[in-house]
Amino acid sequence: MPATMVKQIEAWETSDVLDPQDRIRFEQLVLPHLDSAANLARWMLRNRADSDDVVQEATLRAYRFFGRFHGGDARAWLLQIVRNTCYTWLQKNRPSELMTEFDEEVHQRPAANPETLATQADDRQRLMSALESLSPRFREVLVLRELEGCSYKEIGEITGIPIGTVMSTLSRARERLRQTLTGAAGATAKEAS
Amino acid sequence: MNCELAETTIHGYFDGELDAVRSAEFERHLERCAECQSVLEGIGSLHTQLQQSDLYEHASPELRDRIRKQLAQATGTGRVSAGQWRRWFLMPAFGALAASAAVIAIMLLVVPSHRPSTLTAELIDAHVRSLQPGHLMDVESTDQHTVKPWFDGKLDFIPPVADYAAQGFPLVGGRLDVVDGHNVAALVYSRRKHYINVFVWPYREKESVSDSSGSRQGYNWVTWQSGDMQFCLVSDAGLSDLRELKNFIHQ
Repeated sequence: MPATMVKQIEAWETSDVLDPQDRIRFEQLVLPHLDSAANLARWMLRNRADSDDVVQEATLRAYRFFGRFHGGDARAWLLQIVRNTCYTWLQKNRPSELMTEFDEEVHQRPAANPETLATQADDRQRLMSALESLSPRFREVLVLRELEGCSYKEIGEITGIPIGTVMSTLSRARERLRQTLTGAAGATAKEAS
Repeated sequence: MNCELAETTIHGYFDGELDAVRSAEFERHLERCAECQSVLEGIGSLHTQLQQSDLYEHASPELRDRIRKQLAQATGTGRVSAGQWRRWFLMPAFGALAASAAVIAIMLLVVPSHRPSTLTAELIDAHVRSLQPGHLMDVESTDQHTVKPWFDGKLDFIPPVADYAAQGFPLVGGRLDVVDGHNVAALVYSRRKHYINVFVWPYREKESVSDSSGSRQGYNWVTWQSGDMQFCLVSDAGLSDLRELKNFIHQ
């Protein structure tokens, strides 16, 4: 065996490499959750082109780290990686969105402007805009709970929020969403009168 | 907001995350707290709006395609274990054989895996259809001795029917449904304000779905095989609720 080949093999031995068995396991355990990954990333980044890139990157990372997945909830494991990749991406590309992460005020981003909301008669549009106006911290727990149907334990695992705090975070997020929606409804009523 | 429970505990209650004792305690409180009643209604209506607005974003076929290609590439550029490499290096002919066997194995395993996902999609559609006015039940009864005989003669199998009201899942009725061209029995249970459809059909090997669970479009499902029957629970109730009901059905 040539010396360079031996060196190469040693390098492979120390990095995260997968054999074909692992590839099959990955396809069976992790890939069925691509919808969940796409959904979370789409809501975190608020647009499809960016979120598709992030999901692709996150899936590749998951594949590389798959040797470290020791069973359990594959969806939560993948979503945790997707969520972290989203935050890294936001930090790099839209740091201002993360500055307000713990700010509990309703953000007056363009989409959340009550007048903009009021002109969007469509309920789906109205909900989308309201959800997108929340801080990423609130948005992620709402998406995980209401759209993805995650348990509090899973939400804790994915977001790193201590399990005892998931309920109160969700409570504040729902209240904020309700306020955003009724604020918009109030503006509609005013406009109509 | 004046009531402390209306701020946090109520969410745990709505999401089915309280243990039985705290849940019962909260229910006693709920009976006499007008604020909590109205907050609970608000949470419920927000939940319904979010569920019904088709907000779930699925992975596009293009994205799936991109990811599959990328994984194939990652595997192709040496992402196999060192031991494997050494073997292949020493035995090229065996290596080639093993590689094609691996490719065939992947194809065999990957291709049928589309099957369960279309089946669960159909079952979720059936669940959504059942929630349209007047579609939920053909036989409306909380009595298992009324529901079970009703299926008699309508299906070529008899689904197991039991009421789990004492455990928090009252039986509300049943109906016939058609999934993938076959008749299936659908039993309807309620969980707080949610309905749970329990689809039951005789296990057919060609479309058997391994024990699994998941979410799709905001609906949760849990499926498993028991004896010669396949079961699938579908609901907007939480997965933990569905797993609980599964355990009762199993007993």
